[in-house]
Amino acid sequence: MIEFELNGQAVTSESPADTPLLWVIRDELKLKGTKFGCGIAMCGACTVHLDGNALRSCIIPLSAVENRSVTTIEGLDTDAGKALQSAWVEEQVPQCGYCQSGQIMQAADLLKDKPNPSDADIDAAMNGNLCRCMAYTRIRKAIKSAANGGEV
Amino acid sequence: MVIRKQSAPISRRTFIAGTAGTTLVMSLGSVLPGCSREDAASDLAAGASKQFSPAVWFVVDGTGSVLVNIAKAEMGQHVGTALARIVADELGADWSKVSIKHVDSDPKWGYMVTGGSWSVFTSFAMLSQAGAAGRTVLIEEGARMLGVDVAQCTAHGGNVIAGDEQVSFADIVAKSDITRTFSDEELAAMPVKPAADRHLIGKETSALDVPAKSRGEAVYGLDSELPDMVYAHPLIPPTRYGSTIMSIDDTAAKDIPGYMQTLALSDPSETLQGWAVVIAENFPAAMRAVDAVEVDWAPGPTAAVTEEHILAEGAKLVADPSSGVKVVDDGDVAAARADATSTHTATYRTSTVLHFTLEPQNALVEYVDGVFHIHSGNQWQSLILPVLAKALEVEESNIVIHQYYLGGGFGRRLFGDQMIPAALAARELGRPVKLIFQREDDSRFDCVRSPSVAKFDASFDGDGAVTGIEHAAAAGWPTLAMAPGFLADGVDGNGKFDTFSISGADHWYTLPNHRVRAINNDLAQRTFLPGWLRAVGPGWIGWGVESFMDEVAALSGEDPVEFRLARLDAAGKNAGTAPNSVGGAARLAAALKDVAERSGWGRELPAGEGMGVAVSHGQERNMPTWTACVAHVAVDAETKAVTVRKIWQTIDCGTVVHPDGAMAQAEGATLWGVSLALHEGTTIENGEVRDQNLNTYTPLRMADVPEVDIRFMESTEFPTGLGEPPLIAVPPAIGNAVYAATGTRVRDLPIRL
Repeated sequence: MIEFELNGQAVTSESPADTPLLWVIRDELKLKGTKFGCGIAMCGACTVHLDGNALRSCIIPLSAVENRSVTTIEGLDTDAGKALQSAWVEEQVPQCGYCQSGQIMQAADLLKDKPNPSDADIDAAMNGNLCRCMAYTRIRKAIKSAANGGEV
Repeated sequence: MVIRKQSAPISRRTFIAGTAGTTLVMSLGSVLPGCSREDAASDLAAGASKQFSPAVWFVVDGTGSVLVNIAKAEMGQHVGTALARIVADELGADWSKVSIKHVDSDPKWGYMVTGGSWSVFTSFAMLSQAGAAGRTVLIEEGARMLGVDVAQCTAHGGNVIAGDEQVSFADIVAKSDITRTFSDEELAAMPVKPAADRHLIGKETSALDVPAKSRGEAVYGLDSELPDMVYAHPLIPPTRYGSTIMSIDDTAAKDIPGYMQTLALSDPSETLQGWAVVIAENFPAAMRAVDAVEVDWAPGPTAAVTEEHILAEGAKLVADPSSGVKVVDDGDVAAARADATSTHTATYRTSTVLHFTLEPQNALVEYVDGVFHIHSGNQWQSLILPVLAKALEVEESNIVIHQYYLGGGFGRRLFGDQMIPAALAARELGRPVKLIFQREDDSRFDCVRSPSVAKFDASFDGDGAVTGIEHAAAAGWPTLAMAPGFLADGVDGNGKFDTFSISGADHWYTLPNHRVRAINNDLAQRTFLPGWLRAVGPGWIGWGVESFMDEVAALSGEDPVEFRLARLDAAGKNAGTAPNSVGGAARLAAALKDVAERSGWGRELPAGEGMGVAVSHGQERNMPTWTACVAHVAVDAETKAVTVRKIWQTIDCGTVVHPDGAMAQAEGATLWGVSLALHEGTTIENGEVRDQNLNTYTPLRMADVPEVDIRFMESTEFPTGLGEPPLIAVPPAIGNAVYAATGTRVRDLPIRL
């Protein structure tokens, strides 16, 4: 049995230690906002925070999060996270929306380190998050808007 | 192109307004949406055998709330918002009290398909008339309650208003007893508002699906669960067709906790050939077990086929003047060629493209009380239902497809073939089965965009003016594979062709002699399931048409914009017809002039940079969305890497219902065009796609996104499609810009210098 914290709550999992965290979150703990896309950490749809840092939950084994703190889109309550979610609505970012939990979690990680990211910072941080609808222009705009307190 | 016309078997269309308790139910049913229009969608659907039954398009309740039922799939286009705005505008509803529901499959919704960029186009008249009928009833009752004449009343903001007095929709519905039936004729005569009186259509609004998608709360097919369900993981055979399972050895899998069994599947519809699924208590166990189960297949006959074989077959076919079906045959291309002073021939090719919906294919199926309940996002319920009925050997009435948000459609979810293994397993096991594809399997089982070969032959007179063009295009045909009833007749009576594999060749340029042949590449057809991918035929046909037009302009010594404008003269068959294509080629010319002006066409650029232009008329000739595109590229002298500096697009799709949603679609489609031009593409190897995941399949990413400048032409003409057309002109505009920058003509997609 492995214990960890999920969105501020203590949780346990009976899954084998090598089970990808993604499936524990989605199917065992029933938080469906984190998505399965490629399974090889190259699309970013499964992005969550581990102790505040973005990572791909599809390749992280359950054992790696033992006694640590995991945050998903459902538990994203930092100021930057809330600002991003507001900006996502304001800029009407999502199309199909499937990648957007991961995009927001990745962007929150970016703003934690760089509250006023440049275009190059955004390119570097967000390039691993595929948006198949290609709403990239609005993702960029919303990140800047969130960083600037709603001003683009 | 000649679009096949059938006398549509549509008999009854009835509108009923009545009260059910305190709910005013507006029912408008028909065999299919848009049946009164002679358009491609109704043409497509006319072959369907669905029966009419009363359908409920919207409900006004005693609180004044309006629920609009959406029979179209939501896959990023915010279609529910657009369709509800059409209803609500005509109804005079308070938009803040409008909500939407994406409905499950049911014959009462008529023909269910979301594709072809048809949704607004095919729904606009019908939903406008439904809204107008509702308004008429509410005004009649409101006038009675206010004690005024109907002529004094208007409906606006959820109220019936007469001068200083008003009564709310809520009060009318709650306090009245409304019954009214409208005949077909009455419905068609419903007083639809003039554009100037619209309050919602064409006005800015937020999409109804965006907040949930920004909080991780939107529910996709993959998120669905049922009590007692088990997980299934596909074991996909080495070839799409003709593979046979010789043996299955799951000895090693039996040690995996959670592994249950491996099922070989027998599919009477023959959609699945040589399939098995691993069953497990959870998906990680299924993934582990798949690696442990050993399946010995006798592969089908295409196990050694490669992309080069398919392209070679295509090249052979386009070179044979007797091959294929004539789709356009204006004038006499043979005579033009015989009289030509010079000729020019070029061959354009496109490689295999994956849909790569970010949500992998999946389906959850429960078989209970003789009914299969299928939980899965889908674009074309009316296509897969008969296939499912055949696979499961039941009537279609025993199958219900429950709709979810689609984590990307792009045409992949037009064919719900992933539902079949889940349904077969659910029946076998007597438990709900949730089948999930891992990415590599999703790619292997994709109905890819076929590789294609197109040959163009141009004739020129002594003055260097083009006198004729013959265009032959060979590819795998999705419609032949999945919906053969919708193949169209050629103009030469020489057989049928797939309009979705030649549309775009029937362009709006006036040419004295013009012939188009559509050719099925049988080797492609036998090797994989060809699919409809965003922008469908025009998405690859346009690459050849608009690149070759640039070649002809250059050979004629004319500027590419001026050359095009001279031939977009709206003469003869290119004059356009009401209501879909009012203005004809003149509207495309206007878009082209606009984009040329905004992009500064003709200005000096540094060495190694260039601008290219291309145009498109969208998905079909009878639903033209006029787009004109200019691309500005830079080509690195050493590495030959192509960087797109900026894309300009001007789009005329008639009335724009949801402006910001339209812009979002145009932005996404434009970047899809960039991605298909420079970043995407795979090849067939050993009968399968080579690139199966993002380690080698490389769609456009954030760092490579160019500046994009899109303008919609102001218009109140009939709305045409939008989700796909802005893709089409982008790849040839980029290719033409590469030529301008380097003098090198690129003829293969993706572009590799």
